[in-house]
Amino acid sequence: MSIKQEPEKRKKRKSNFSRRGFLQGVGITSGVLTTGILETQADAQTSAKVSGPGEVPITLTINGKPYKTNVEPRVTLCDALRHRLDLTAAKRVCDRGTCGACTVIMDGKVVYSCTVLAIDAQGRKIETLEGLSQNGRPHPVSQAFTDNDAQQCGYCTPGFVMAAKGFLDKHPNPTYEDVKRGLGGNLCRCGTYVGVRKAVLEAAGKMKGAARNA
Amino acid sequence: MPNTPDYHWPPMGQRKVMGTRINRLDGIAKSTGAAKYNSDLKPDGMLFGALLTSPYAHAKVKSIDTSAAEKLKGVTAVRVVAKAGTEIQWAGAEIAFVAATTEEVANDAARLIKVDYEVMPHLVNEEDLSKAGARAKPAGEQNTGDTEQAFKEADAVSEGHYGIPVLTHCCLEPHGQTIAVNGDKVEYFPSTQNVYGIAGDIGRALNVPVTNIHVHMEYMGGGFGSKFPADRWGLESAELSKASGGKHVKMFLDRATELTIAGNRPSVFAKVKTAAKKDGTITAWQSESWSTGGVSGGGLNAQLFPYVFTNVPNRRINHTAVSVNASSQRAWRAPTHPQVCYITCSALEDLAAKVQMDPLDMFLKNLHYTARAELYKFQFAKAAELMDWKKNWHARGDSGSGPIKRGLGLALGTWGGAGHASTCKTTIHSDASVEVELATQDLGTGTRTMVAMIAAETFGLPISAIKVKLGDNSYPNSGGSGGSTTVGGVTTSTRKSSVNALQKLFEVVSKSLDVPPENLEAVDQRIRVKGNPDKGMSFTQACQKLGVNTISEMGANVPAQAPQEGLNTGGVGGVQMADVSVDTDTGIVKMNRLVAVQDCGLVVNPKTAESQVFGACIMSVCGALYEERIMDQQIGRVLNPDMEFYKLAGIGDIGEIIVHMDIREENDKRGVVGLGEPCAIGGIAAIGNAVANAIGVRVPRVPLIPQRVLAALERRNA
Amino acid sequence: MQAFEYASPSTLHEALALLGSKWGETDILAGGTDQISLMKDYLATPNRVVNIKGIKELGGIHASAAGLRIGATATFDDLANNQAVQKEYPSLHSAVMGITSPQIRNMGTVGGDLCQRPRCWYFRRGFGLLGMQDGKSLIPNGDNRYHAIFGGGPAYFVSASSLGPALVALGAKVKLVSASGSRVVAADKFFIAPQNESTREIALLPNEILTEIEIPAAHGIKNATYEVRQKEALDWPLAAASVALQMSGSSVSKARVVLGHVAPTPWVAEQAEQALAGKSLSADVIDKAADAAVAGAKPLSGNEYKVKLARVAVKRALLEASGKA
Repeated sequence: MSIKQEPEKRKKRKSNFSRRGFLQGVGITSGVLTTGILETQADAQTSAKVSGPGEVPITLTINGKPYKTNVEPRVTLCDALRHRLDLTAAKRVCDRGTCGACTVIMDGKVVYSCTVLAIDAQGRKIETLEGLSQNGRPHPVSQAFTDNDAQQCGYCTPGFVMAAKGFLDKHPNPTYEDVKRGLGGNLCRCGTYVGVRKAVLEAAGKMKGAARNA
Repeated sequence: MPNTPDYHWPPMGQRKVMGTRINRLDGIAKSTGAAKYNSDLKPDGMLFGALLTSPYAHAKVKSIDTSAAEKLKGVTAVRVVAKAGTEIQWAGAEIAFVAATTEEVANDAARLIKVDYEVMPHLVNEEDLSKAGARAKPAGEQNTGDTEQAFKEADAVSEGHYGIPVLTHCCLEPHGQTIAVNGDKVEYFPSTQNVYGIAGDIGRALNVPVTNIHVHMEYMGGGFGSKFPADRWGLESAELSKASGGKHVKMFLDRATELTIAGNRPSVFAKVKTAAKKDGTITAWQSESWSTGGVSGGGLNAQLFPYVFTNVPNRRINHTAVSVNASSQRAWRAPTHPQVCYITCSALEDLAAKVQMDPLDMFLKNLHYTARAELYKFQFAKAAELMDWKKNWHARGDSGSGPIKRGLGLALGTWGGAGHASTCKTTIHSDASVEVELATQDLGTGTRTMVAMIAAETFGLPISAIKVKLGDNSYPNSGGSGGSTTVGGVTTSTRKSSVNALQKLFEVVSKSLDVPPENLEAVDQRIRVKGNPDKGMSFTQACQKLGVNTISEMGANVPAQAPQEGLNTGGVGGVQMADVSVDTDTGIVKMNRLVAVQDCGLVVNPKTAESQVFGACIMSVCGALYEERIMDQQIGRVLNPDMEFYKLAGIGDIGEIIVHMDIREENDKRGVVGLGEPCAIGGIAAIGNAVANAIGVRVPRVPLIPQRVLAALERRNA
Repeated sequence: MQAFEYASPSTLHEALALLGSKWGETDILAGGTDQISLMKDYLATPNRVVNIKGIKELGGIHASAAGLRIGATATFDDLANNQAVQKEYPSLHSAVMGITSPQIRNMGTVGGDLCQRPRCWYFRRGFGLLGMQDGKSLIPNGDNRYHAIFGGGPAYFVSASSLGPALVALGAKVKLVSASGSRVVAADKFFIAPQNESTREIALLPNEILTEIEIPAAHGIKNATYEVRQKEALDWPLAAASVALQMSGSSVSKARVVLGHVAPTPWVAEQAEQALAGKSLSADVIDKAADAAVAGAKPLSGNEYKVKLARVAVKRALLEASGKA
């Protein structure tokens, strides 16, 4: 049997579509829809801006600072951080939104940066592990990970620290069970979970203390 | 001529740093993201590598056309490794490599390469031996005593079949490197367990002297035995760099490739027959086992049956190696041991059930067949205490009404772990700074921290006074980190180089203190006269006497001499006990508790040692309940080369884990012994036995997923 | 991932104008938790990606006397935190919390949950929606431990939707809007077992956007979801069941029993519904309903166990709905 491993046909980079869209002449009106989603919408024939497929300039707000770079729309936030901005704390491991090593906080919520397009992260408040240390002092979560030896090879650690930080921001008084549930989106291969559990509970105490003293 | 320095470890009760719970030195760097792994590097102008792999398990490359890839803008080099005529032996095998200015373009280019294959027949699964045909080959037989007679005379005979599948290492940092080749100079930043030795692979391939190859690696994201060679991707990335004007090329495998070709551990399946007397004394072991480690077949030392209980008098062991079209095995924490332990301890637990005996009693009864009966006896007692075994154990299947059944199981393991060859240089500067250099690597095991602890102990200094330099092949040669040989090697070489350096410092200081150097000691940041602690000077003052000079001394662990020196030895034991709950309606197994009692001789840093054992226990939970490489015979490929269906335990899946390091004077005086392997052996077996105890029937094959647990329950009920 | 052009319109109007008429030309991006992986694996190779998260009216969850309106881009986390969901729709809440990764709950959208592609490993390895090689399905002779026990052939994958079973059980409707108008499809008609490789597993057309989901009021409707998942950490259910029970006094006047992860669609277990109708929820009735739910199962070579799991899921969901769990 002879089989060819055919290269992917490179699709035409030029769009076949009219960017002005199909709406002309179709006449979507407020009457078409009944449950109220579209009623508020203006019927102007504006068309959204289409970018790419080549590189486009983007600005990301990371740890409170603007970062400008150029990426193709297909570049993920994880790859933009690591390959373009030299912010390499977030690690690329499963690269399919399963293991959590690439976790960052976006608009206050933990997300997998491997599964966010960089271009789509514009205008969002992105926190990476690099931004947690203040004036050279490790964040209480980072400190607790070290004190409780919640790391071995350390490759899952940045994702875990961010997941833990995001978790504690929302659950400042977690129980042991809460911690187990709250970090269900991160995986470790060396097997550091025992330390992680202790670290997160200890960090919770310290962060509350810090908040009181602030 | 001064006396030969005394390298011995300070006695157990007199250590200041060794044996204390020290945070790993790189902990903050890792937990703040400051740690730069070699997969994080991005030197100016760096190119990205990409790899095209074979979709077929067995095929011949008829033709390959790279012209479209070469033309793509941004591509700097294309390298074909499977030229026309090449026979491919497994899906995922490397076909061609590409370098380009961005990773996206490199991937695009790899997909533009056109390959014409002649597809050939393949075999990818070995569990059903009847389908292996000629690909199954005899791989050893051993007969001791008279097994036939022993079975005839036995009070109880137990027969069972057991299986443990191929696993993949799934290192979180994939295999790969950043590398630049300029003329005959190479900068090589791999993710490796073998910082010093790995340059040889590149040197041979490029015909460049190893002295021109600079290897550097501060951190690495997991190896577990799979990261020793430079690998095809290392050699080809070097060639890509060479072909791209010497620019750095970074190439780390994507997850699917990592799980498909970058390391796996052999399976073992076995039919086992055992015999015992009424009192639980094991009288015979017979096993017919088979396994695969990829195309080469083999991969298993079946001589290890029956595991640990090596001296069962009547033994018949037969092993078959099955060649399959899958990538080759690599070492995995304690090569062969977890599998052989699983099969042995399962079979013996079944035998205990047959003679209606608590397996703990049966294991204790037969410890005379092992090489370290007293150690195991102590460890089983300790583990039983931590597990409250006698209170919680029940006869097999006797676990009450209701769908949730609880059970206990146990296992034991052993390993060598004597130190590898290691050389170290300790330097004392006149400003009292001390540095220790050796070309070892810290895989996350805490090597860096332990080296610092040994030097700090030797110099009577706090650990913060020691600067450890490792992960670079310009430092003195130290072995690759495999087989739990690192800690014994590096602690010994560090001790010796540091004692040697201190000796030199004593010689400098002895003149001003007017005592012979051998009458000096370094304690509490002072150099002082033995027996007259007030007479002396601070370490800083002592170092100032060096003036413009420094002291640099070497020390080495020479494995052949190590037994006489006593700083490190090999041979350890450990036991594990598991407590599980099984939902017999769903077949889902939940961990309640795993207890590990582990000896590793002199424990340098109990904190990181415990972490190693915790980690091994968690890895065992993965192996017992979740992970397996799943291959499809029709397509010849791995079905689960991802982290979604190549399942690993999460933080909520491991239950409670209790680790007891067996720190006792009698263990301590054996010196330092490696730990990474021995603690990774018994967990799967203990969990499997706990499930059998809970549900009253053996689930022969791990991982113990619902479909297998339910099938076993059905057999019991039938 | 293949290169694509990208748009992030702020109105539905603009978004619809950017869609194509054939699958594969333009893909919609919402939470991305599946779409981006599909693109990385070259299972989706669109020329254009339209991000709909910037369209405000597609978000939000509104509870009213008539029921619940969930915008397509409402996240799992939005749903989990919604008081009406917590109070009136425990089956939905429990299905969301079964997604045990906070990251996925924060990113994934309700619309995306309905439109995600199957996790079938033959599909994911590139053998098409039906998992075919040389014109023959790979699944009957392959490793089908996670595949369908109902409704199999020619499609054997299982619907991956976490919310699908609960939405079907609750009688939800899905609104699909195109440039030429809109249509409302019952949730149980939204999911389709494809008959050939060129059709999709959902009713959505390539020029349509799923805009919202409407769930009727659930006052007095006892509802629950039970998922059999092996791991506590992120893991797909091996089987699941959602039940919605209209009560009349202590007896069930109308029952909906929908199985998840056992068929190419959420699977309505009509026989179980009949077994419950008019009965009070005794242990015996629940057992019989659970038996009825799996009576017609046709397991494959390696997934007989899923029949048991589906049965257990129904039983446990019923026990939970009846407050006896």
